[in-house]
Amino acid sequence: MRPPSIEVRGIRKRFGGVRALDGVDLRVEPGEFHALVGENGAGKSTLAKCMLGINAIDEGNMLVDGTLWSAGDPRLARQHGIGMVFQHFTLIPSMTIAENLSLPRPGLPAIIRWKEERERLRAFFANAPFQVDLDARISELSAGQKQKVEILKELYLGTKFLMLDEPTSVLTPDEAEEVLIRLRAMVNRGDLSVLLITHKFREVMKYADRVTVLRKGRTAGARSVSATCPEELAGMMMGETRTIEVVERDAKVGGPVVFAVAGLRTRGDKGVDVLHDLSLEVRAGEILGVAGISGNGQRELVEVIAGQRPYHQGRISVNGERYVPERECMQRLGIYVLPEVPLRNAAVPGMTVAENIALRQFDRPPFTHNGLLSYAAIRRAGAELINRFSVSPPSPDLPIETLSGGNVQRAILARELGGQEIRVLVAANPCFGLDFGAAAFIHNRLVDARNRGAAVLLISEDLDELLDLADRIVVMSAGRIVHESIRSQADQVEIGRHMAGHAAG
Amino acid sequence: MRSYAAARTMEGLLIPMGALTAGVIVFGLFCAVLGSNPFGVFYSIYRAAFSDWYSWQNTLTRAAPLLLCALCTALPARAGLIIIGNEGAMVIGAVGAVSAGLLAPDASHVPSLLLMAGAGMICGGLWICIAAALHYYRGVNSVISSLLLNYIAIALLNHLIEGPMRDPSSLNNPGTRPIADVQHLGLIPGSRIHDGLLFGVLACLFAWFLLSRTTFGFAAKVAGGNVRAAQLGGLGIGRILLILSFLGGACAGLAGMVEVAAVQGRANASVNAGYGYVGILVAFLARQNPAGVVIISLLLGGMMASGGMLQRAHNLPDAAVLVLQGILFLFILWSETLYGRWAERSLRAG
Repeated sequence: MRPPSIEVRGIRKRFGGVRALDGVDLRVEPGEFHALVGENGAGKSTLAKCMLGINAIDEGNMLVDGTLWSAGDPRLARQHGIGMVFQHFTLIPSMTIAENLSLPRPGLPAIIRWKEERERLRAFFANAPFQVDLDARISELSAGQKQKVEILKELYLGTKFLMLDEPTSVLTPDEAEEVLIRLRAMVNRGDLSVLLITHKFREVMKYADRVTVLRKGRTAGARSVSATCPEELAGMMMGETRTIEVVERDAKVGGPVVFAVAGLRTRGDKGVDVLHDLSLEVRAGEILGVAGISGNGQRELVEVIAGQRPYHQGRISVNGERYVPERECMQRLGIYVLPEVPLRNAAVPGMTVAENIALRQFDRPPFTHNGLLSYAAIRRAGAELINRFSVSPPSPDLPIETLSGGNVQRAILARELGGQEIRVLVAANPCFGLDFGAAAFIHNRLVDARNRGAAVLLISEDLDELLDLADRIVVMSAGRIVHESIRSQADQVEIGRHMAGHAAG
Repeated sequence: MRSYAAARTMEGLLIPMGALTAGVIVFGLFCAVLGSNPFGVFYSIYRAAFSDWYSWQNTLTRAAPLLLCALCTALPARAGLIIIGNEGAMVIGAVGAVSAGLLAPDASHVPSLLLMAGAGMICGGLWICIAAALHYYRGVNSVISSLLLNYIAIALLNHLIEGPMRDPSSLNNPGTRPIADVQHLGLIPGSRIHDGLLFGVLACLFAWFLLSRTTFGFAAKVAGGNVRAAQLGGLGIGRILLILSFLGGACAGLAGMVEVAAVQGRANASVNAGYGYVGILVAFLARQNPAGVVIISLLLGGMMASGGMLQRAHNLPDAAVLVLQGILFLFILWSETLYGRWAERSLRAG
């Protein structure tokens, strides 16, 4: 079966009063690698979900192989070879890869004959782009492996038109490369069409044939990749050219050591040590970047500093004083944390934006007098910070869970950076999944904090971000610091080698 | 934004009303199947519970322990801890209160009441703290542990009233020796309602104030909303859980003291009359809100007061009221899943 040609014309989709899609045109030829780019909220994911039939289309047509298609049922889409890999994993963690691939197979009998299923799987894997251990449990896999299984599942179910929603955001650069190269090869053989939703122009330029740009729910244009450049795409994405503010870094470096972690050991979720005698130091007015592939102890390090995970050995200190993750100590030492996935790790989803912003300060005047709380003061201060950090929608009274990811990130940033004296700032993947306008805003705030003399620990899986911002970069691998380089001498290849754990001694 | 806030308020009113209505309809079907006219049954409930001053007094007397027992669930719930050990805390509170009363037989009226109330509250509070500590330090599910603590408390009561603390003169209905007359709780002037009702209303006011107006209440809300955010803020979660559990258990323990000092005059098996279990229902119907507890306690107090009437007038089993409570509980739990839908829609529309 050849991949179908897919075309949408003038698609509109409303959620209540919000026009998520407001006239989108898109055409993907059989055997084409098509990229879909746009800012956060431009409607990329919504469009894909409409094409799959998860969301009903309000207006407009979709044509599959030239015939009108009434989308509305993902199972019907699957029968026609249309499938999607979502931003979030959909595999069942407690089951093996073989079970995850077989269970959704159409025509699976009520009593499963595993021998036959295995036979089928073996036949499929003879031509599959990736090889995996069929008996491995999903919960044991890394993010990269899970992503491969998600793709394999779609291919096994007969998907010929594969939509991928930011598939590389959870992958290391190497893994991302591998996944895209394999998909590209399948497209080249004519076995598959791909619609790749992405933020990364590099991926567009390197792998795609054509690219469609969405802006505010409309098609801003489509280009052949060979006839465009990232600058043109960025212009199309943002509409009129917006100037992005850039906060310059102060030249002075090398204040005294403010934040020090010495000999830290802690256990991961499975009870084994994930940090082994980890030590690092951050100076005043310095950004220390921690590079590393996810799963090498970065998350646990941030959790220890945030007080979300106990540690059984080692010492964390600020200006020589021992730091314990209790409120009084946090406030006195001026340590602030911006964890990844802030809605889960740093916010109370059901409480209002203003209340969430008040989390660091609510037990001090002017918010508290003699144990009594002033909601009016919380609201006022919240409204002011919402304004300063351009949180949208600009209301202090909405539950924070109703905000988009980028705006939750801004609100938490407002809380951690707003007003108080910051000695130490820890940020983990602060721009994960944000478009470059929002990312630039957050980068500028980090540099601001550094210029004002804070010790900033920036933990990121995005090496470009670190090379851009950090004064010094260390590489974390298997719970240890394995490499260090200063800004002027940072070598991307050398760092990458240490990230992969290939460097000798 | 105003429409969003309005939608949230409407949800807070309409969803519980809808769930109550649906529960009442299903109970009506249940009555019809048993051969009783549902409308007659509901009218009887109304007559037995709310029609005149006499029935109101019956209702209010039963509402008093419900107010206190409901707080045993509602207070820890603010910090995300589900406690259903209300019955056990009430029983233990009764044991503590009667012990204190018997140990100080010569104390005068007010000091002995204070002593008994204090003992009941401390016993009930510490009892619920067991469940909270097991949860916080050892990761034991607090629903299970607090439920099982009920059975331990009841067994302990039975052991004491049939063994070490038994009054030899209590033959058919074993109990402790009675407390002195001066140790009895008074009545609200002009009524047959004991002062326990005042305790209940004051406790609800205090709980409402604590949760919604104080810094501590805010910290508890953060801990209940997302433990990880509370950890990030360095809030002492163990402290918050233990304080709320102690206060909640103390309220149920006070209900036990009221039962001893105002109703039974001693501790016996009647102390374990099910107020604790109905208190769980009250707390959930009130969405763990102390102000709501006041209203719902009246409603369910009235329902409890009408049990006998249903038996006499409609030949329904005494347990019919329990069936109604159970049906309401299921509908309330189900309706919890509906919150946020309309509000979210109004947000998208606005």
